[in-house]
Amino acid sequence: MKDSADSYQTADGRTIGPVVMEMKNITLRFGGVEAIKDISFDIREGEIRAIIGPNGAGKSSMLNVISGFYVPQEGEVWYKGARRPSMKPYQVAEQGIARTFQNIALFEGMSVLDNVMTGRLPHMNTGLFFQSFWKGKAEREEIENREVAEKIIDFLEIQAIRKTPVARLPYGLKKRVELARALAAEPSILLLDEPMAGMNVEEKEDMSRFILDVNDEFGTTIALIEHDMGVVMDLSDRVVVMDYGKKIGDGTPSEVRNNQDVIDAYLGVAHD
Amino acid sequence: MPEQLAYTIEVFLNGLMAGVLYALVALGFVLIYKASGIFNYAQGVMALFAAMTLVGIQNGQVPFAHLINAIFGTDVHKFGWTVHSFLAILLTVIVMIALAWAVQKFVFKHLVGQEPIILFMATIGLAYFLEGVADLMWGSELKALNVCAADGVCLPQGLNMWIDETTFNAFGYGFFIDNLDIVASIVAAILVIGLVMFAQYTKQGRAMRAVADDHQAALSVGVSLNFIWVLVWSLAGFVALVAGIMWGAKSGVQFSLSLIALKALPVLMLGGFTSIPGAIVGGLIIGVGEKLFEFLIGAPFLGGATENWFAYMLALLFLVFRPQGLFGEKIIERV
Repeated sequence: MKDSADSYQTADGRTIGPVVMEMKNITLRFGGVEAIKDISFDIREGEIRAIIGPNGAGKSSMLNVISGFYVPQEGEVWYKGARRPSMKPYQVAEQGIARTFQNIALFEGMSVLDNVMTGRLPHMNTGLFFQSFWKGKAEREEIENREVAEKIIDFLEIQAIRKTPVARLPYGLKKRVELARALAAEPSILLLDEPMAGMNVEEKEDMSRFILDVNDEFGTTIALIEHDMGVVMDLSDRVVVMDYGKKIGDGTPSEVRNNQDVIDAYLGVAHD
Repeated sequence: MPEQLAYTIEVFLNGLMAGVLYALVALGFVLIYKASGIFNYAQGVMALFAAMTLVGIQNGQVPFAHLINAIFGTDVHKFGWTVHSFLAILLTVIVMIALAWAVQKFVFKHLVGQEPIILFMATIGLAYFLEGVADLMWGSELKALNVCAADGVCLPQGLNMWIDETTFNAFGYGFFIDNLDIVASIVAAILVIGLVMFAQYTKQGRAMRAVADDHQAALSVGVSLNFIWVLVWSLAGFVALVAGIMWGAKSGVQFSLSLIALKALPVLMLGGFTSIPGAIVGGLIIGVGEKLFEFLIGAPFLGGATENWFAYMLALLFLVFRPQGLFGEKIIERV
């Protein structure tokens, strides 16, 4: 077991840093239903961390806890070495945690560029008064942030649809625009909720490539939820496996693959 | 120019001018509805409240004078000064922002996620509360509203000055168009352009559009819904102030001003609740429609006074044939 403050090298030569986020004994209830039962795990800087599990395992709930959309009844969230007080989702976003949604939550009426620019909002801090006149600082800030947004758009190869209203795009491209918007925030941790749900094989390959490139190019820490075991095993450095709200496995893909509980959860247990 | 044609044009133009004022009120509704899904019944009362506050500040009235006198046995009514119009408008804007903040803080913050009908009922409560506060603060008598930039350079009073002479000299026909209406149209146009620019090009405008589109997604990119809601209520308060000034200058500041909100309803049915251009075009169509209908059909054949119901009838037709309005987002149900 590596110490939480240590860094190490992966087989493909990337450096995985110390723990940046730690979930400690998280329990989340909806009324009488326990969606998450006493789960602890950590996320290291620069790694791709996957949370997998069958339907209804509580994966999305876990992501919502990390991004502040759900407040757990018990447990602590530690971020960058400090316990995170209870905060609103927008405050979590301001702290550098960006996310995408399982069912795509884009601003349908706005153009792709405008959508990506909303990702820059936490980096723009000119007040209302100066924004209203749109000169000096406000204008400079807009230009600077526009450059970052354009860079991300180039990176994800969506230049051709920059000015298209999002509502007109096909599903696969919408997923990519959502990734662009999250990435535009230059997040410390990027949370992806089923980035490949509903995609065909080709789109899945594209998305996998982008996820790996993002991690490689920007060193972004990524935590993702996926259904598709195969994809996850190829992408991630470490995997948490959940079933019925409990953690049943945690480790490298090969460790997890050989874990009997995980095999049972995915393939069903033989009842004798 | 034949007399009949010229007269029709005059009626048309008058309708357009009346429509501008309807559009101003409808605009306030759209701003709040788009960002929060709240149908703000109190928009008309906000216009009244803003206009009364403006007049009160201008005349140096002591707010809550009756209350203060009743409690302390004093007899104060006026500070004894008058405030310049610009300063008074600025102070009124600050009051409207404070109101927006209070409304969000004490009412709607606690109703997040409630049914639309509950939010609507809350705005009805707000309307009567605000009307009471306005009465208590500034008294209920009819007040004249004079907004002047400098001595003699004033917002024209309604039903007082027309451009008939100028146009008579130019076209050979004197158009009876109220000077105030012309000013109101120009102000409304500037206001709308300003609002659209704000929404398109500023950071807060972008955040505002984001919230209007998707609350969850807006939260995920670090937008505080609370801040945006205070912002749209402030903007709606500002629009209400402009509408209040124009209506107040036209017919004096009185409590019936709050009823103009009802005239904005058919405008919204036409324009759609979520479209700023819709509010403008809807307002103009209603304004022109009711004036022309009265002139061409109502007065000669129906005994007149059709202006009272024409707008509502038109709205009813729209509800039957195009419920999302002219520009409203199309309702597509996926099965």
